[in-house]
Amino acid sequence: MENILYPILVLGGIGLLFGVLLSIASVVFKVEVDPKIEEVLEALPGANCGACGFPGCAGLAGAIAEGKAPVNACPIGGQKVADNVAQIMGVNAEAVDKNVAVVLCQGSKSKSKDKAIYEGVQDCRYEAELADGCKACPYGCLGCGTCYDVCDFDAIRMVDGVAVIDKDKCTACMKCIDICPKKIIELVPYDNEYIVKCKSEDKGKEVRGYCDIGCIACKLCVKNCPEDAFTFENNLAKIIYDKCTNCGICEEKCPTKCIWTSNEKDQEAAS
Amino acid sequence: MNLLTILVSTVFVNNYVFARFLGICPFLGVSQKTETATGMGLAVTFVITMASAITYLVYHSILDPLGIGYLQTLTFILIIASLVQFIELVIRKMSPSLYNGMGVFLPLITTNCVVLGVTIINIQDNLTFLDSVINGLGASLGFFLALILLAGVREKLELADVPEALKGVPIALVSAGLMSIAFSGFSGLV
Repeated sequence: MENILYPILVLGGIGLLFGVLLSIASVVFKVEVDPKIEEVLEALPGANCGACGFPGCAGLAGAIAEGKAPVNACPIGGQKVADNVAQIMGVNAEAVDKNVAVVLCQGSKSKSKDKAIYEGVQDCRYEAELADGCKACPYGCLGCGTCYDVCDFDAIRMVDGVAVIDKDKCTACMKCIDICPKKIIELVPYDNEYIVKCKSEDKGKEVRGYCDIGCIACKLCVKNCPEDAFTFENNLAKIIYDKCTNCGICEEKCPTKCIWTSNEKDQEAAS
Repeated sequence: MNLLTILVSTVFVNNYVFARFLGICPFLGVSQKTETATGMGLAVTFVITMASAITYLVYHSILDPLGIGYLQTLTFILIIASLVQFIELVIRKMSPSLYNGMGVFLPLITTNCVVLGVTIINIQDNLTFLDSVINGLGASLGFFLALILLAGVREKLELADVPEALKGVPIALVSAGLMSIAFSGFSGLV
């Protein structure tokens, strides 16, 4: 009898003890979860891509419910998700400032020089570790297509050795931005037509030496901009997107045409 | 046995991953990034050390005196699973930052064979209470070390020119095997 009784008593006892302890603990250590968090989480896309900067959709849902993040913080979901979340939170969704990623280099094979021939693994991260890559310009796109590989939305194409991003397909998920070893992919406002597509901080003469389409620090765009929407640092002009009115004067004045309208010409280049 | 000897022995010589081949599942599953490997390693260290202490007490104060030692596998699983649940509840309340760091990995290790393996080996080897705890600590540190090492290797492998057929898990398994051989160099140290 004991042979059967003891095991049953001991196992049952331990099981019961832990069960009771756990149920007590779950009450004692209860973490108050705002019911709004669950609702917001339902409304989010659930892709857990991390593009919002929070750890997954659950992290963002928590931040939104606590008011630490705006209702339109999800860059993937766009206006539709923002509206749904706003309804749950009881506020009006502000119009989402949509951003898209842009490769700030146009130094394609025909327009820029190489300092060496690279025949290693076709991965920019690897090439960048070998003497900064084969391109003569230390700031240029290496063209191995590592960003193309990580893009989940089929928005990146390789055109003559330079990555080009389709702004209508880009969801600003930041994956290409994180993986680019040259750090030449940046987020710009979707509505902005004109972008200085160059990251070279070298002096004009050097840039002319290795690239036909780089920023040569002539400052013509800075001087001619009617809105004063340029900053100029380290031999590189940059548009302040908030001030830019898309007038296009900078593009006309730019001698190397490194200021480009963001989408139309990319489409042309691709076709 | 000297406590330091036990520690060095379980971390390097009798490493639970490389010499006893326990805990291979998380070893391969969570070793893609050093960051997640660290979280998992911390969680495992915590759970194994705690489980070693509690299972020792339960075995020697309840199971052994009643002569039902054959129930140890069942009882230990029960204890480990409940313990992990309990720890998860506590750190979720006490330290949200710690919970974010290792909380997600805790449910993964409830039924991990390395946790059960360590507690059973503790009993088999007739270790004392303190020895058991140190053995558990050493085992989990050894697991931590193995996990971090493989994660580091795999991060580099991502950039390497691996033949198409070996990409991903196959090359990770090959690396793990080579690391295991390398660790056999420690045998005879203690």
